Amino acid sequence: MHRTRTVAACVFLAPALAAIGAFFVGPVLAGLVLSLTDFDIYTIADSSNLRWVGLEQYQTLLRDPLFWQALQNTVTFVVVGGSLTILTALGAALAVWRAARTVQAFFRTVYFLPVVTTIVAAAVVWRAWYHPRVGLLNVALRWIGLPAIDWLGDPRWAMLAIVAFSVWKNFGFHMVIFLAALQSIPQRLYEAAAIDGATGWQQFRCVTLPMLRPALSFVVLITVIGSFQLFAEPYVMTQGGPANATLSLVLLMYRNGFQWWNVGYGAAVAWVLFALLVIATLTLRRLRARPGQ
Amino acid sequence: MRRLILRHLPQLQPCVRCLRRLVLHGILFVGGAVVLAPLIWMCVASVMPEGEASQLPPRWWPSRPTVEHYAVLFSSLHLGRNFLNSLFLAAAATVLSLCFNSLAGYALAKLPFVGRDRVFAFLLALLVVPGQVGMLPLFLLLRSFGWVDTYWGVLVPSLASVFGIFLVHQYAQSIPDALLDAARVDGASELRVFWSVALPLCRPILVTLGVFTFLGTWNDFLWPLIVLSDSSKQTLPVALASLAAEHVQDTELMMASAVLTMLPAVLLFLVAQRAYVAGILSGALKF
Repeated sequence: MHRTRTVAACVFLAPALAAIGAFFVGPVLAGLVLSLTDFDIYTIADSSNLRWVGLEQYQTLLRDPLFWQALQNTVTFVVVGGSLTILTALGAALAVWRAARTVQAFFRTVYFLPVVTTIVAAAVVWRAWYHPRVGLLNVALRWIGLPAIDWLGDPRWAMLAIVAFSVWKNFGFHMVIFLAALQSIPQRLYEAAAIDGATGWQQFRCVTLPMLRPALSFVVLITVIGSFQLFAEPYVMTQGGPANATLSLVLLMYRNGFQWWNVGYGAAVAWVLFALLVIATLTLRRLRARPGQ
Repeated sequence: MRRLILRHLPQLQPCVRCLRRLVLHGILFVGGAVVLAPLIWMCVASVMPEGEASQLPPRWWPSRPTVEHYAVLFSSLHLGRNFLNSLFLAAAATVLSLCFNSLAGYALAKLPFVGRDRVFAFLLALLVVPGQVGMLPLFLLLRSFGWVDTYWGVLVPSLASVFGIFLVHQYAQSIPDALLDAARVDGASELRVFWSVALPLCRPILVTLGVFTFLGTWNDFLWPLIVLSDSSKQTLPVALASLAAEHVQDTELMMASAVLTMLPAVLLFLVAQRAYVAGILSGALKF
C-alpha cells in the first residue's frame, strides 16, 4: 500500500523535476562552467575553438567600465525604483483601506491594472509621453512654466524616467499584498489603542506598521529580486542609452551573449547577477530574523 | 477662540471626519486618473487620424475617429499572425504547466516518500534564482536540439515552474486524507485518486495557476525575443518591440498595436481578477 504511493509519487514528480532539472537548474549550473571558458562566435562555428580560461572572463568584467556602469545603474534602479514603488504601494493600500467599502474594489482594480499590461506595450505608450517636444509630460511642464526636459535623451533624467514608469507599472502588485495584510489586522487592536489615547499617527506607528512587517519583508524581497532583472524597459524605451545611462546588467548580458556572441562573457555577467541576488536575499533574511533591532 | 473650538469639539468632530473622508476620496480619484491616463490616452490616440496624437496643443479626442491604423496592423504589418502566435503559445504553456505542476504539487503534498521535505525545500530555494542566469546555456542546448526559432523552444522553460508547484502544494495540503483513502479503499489507482478526487478539489487553485501562466506567457518578452527570429513566428510583444524601433514617429499606429497587445491580457484579468489576486496572496501570505 505504502509502496504504491511512493511509486506514484515518483511517477507524478518525474516530469516536473526532469523539466526543471533539464531546462532550469542544469542551464544555471552550465552557465557557471560556460563563464570559465572563452565561448564566442568562433566556438559556435567550430566547437574545437573552445578554451578553458579560468577566471579570465571575471577579470575582464572587473576591468570593463561598461560592467561598472551597468552595475551602478541596476543598483540605482533597485534602490530608488524599489523604495519608490514600495512607498507608493503602501500609500495606495492605506488610502484604499480607509476608503468607503463600496469603492474599495473599484480602486483596487484600477491601481492593479498596469501590472497586467504588457510591459513592451506600456513602454511604447510612456515613450510617447516622454517625447521631448510633443510628449504630454513636457506639455504639462511648459504649461506650468517650467523648462521642458529631454526625459529619455538626457543621461541625467533617463534612469529617473524609467523608474517613474516602473513605479506606475508595478506598485499595484505590492498594494494588493499590503491591502490584504491591512485588512487582516484585528479591529480590536485599534480599539484598544484608541482607549489608551493613541493618536492616529501613534496608531499607525505602533499597530499598523508592526502588523505589516511580514508583508513588508516579503514585498521588499520580491521587489529586489524583480528589480535586479530590469530589461524590457530600457530595451524598448532607451536601448540602454543615452551614454549607457540606462544600461542594466541583464541588458549587458543580452548584448554580450545574444547579440555579439561573447557567450562566456555574457555567462559571467549572468552569474555576477545571480551572486548579487543571493547576497541581497541572505542580507534581507538576516534583517528579517532580527525584528526590532 | 481656542476655548471656543475646544468647547465645540465634540460637535465639530463628525464634520472633521467628513472632511477627511472627502479629501481621502479626492486623492484616490486623482490617483486613479493618473494611473489610467496613459491607458486611456493610448486607446484614444489609436483611433486618431495620422499625426493628430503628436499635435500641439495636445488633443484628448480625435477630430474624426478612424480604425485605419488597426487595418494597417492586420493587413500590411501582419500582426494578426503574431496575435495568433501569442494566443497559441500562451494557451499551450497554460495547459502544459497545469499538467506538470498539478501532478508534482499534489505528489509533494499528499504522497509520502523518503526525502519529500528535502525536495520541497530545494524547490523553494530555487525561487530566488532568476531565469536569466540559465538563458545562455539553455539557448545553446536548444540550438543543439534544433529547437531555436520553434514554438517548442519558447515553451520549454514554462513546462514546470517552482511557483506553480508551490501554489498547488499549498492548496492540496488542505485536502483531507480520508477522502483520498476512501477512494483507495474502493480500489481506485493512484492516478485515479489524483484525477477524480484531488484535481476537482483543486479547481480554484488550478484556475489561478492557469490565469497566471497565461498572462505571464502572453506578456513575456526576453525569452521569446531570444528564441524567435523568424518574424512570422514571433509573439506580439516581440513584434511590437521591433515595430517600435522602426516606426518611432507613427504614434497612432504604435498606440493601435499597444492596444492590440494589451487588450487580451487586460480582459482576461478583469474576468479572472479574483483568481489572479488569490494567487498573489497565497504566495505572499504563506511565504
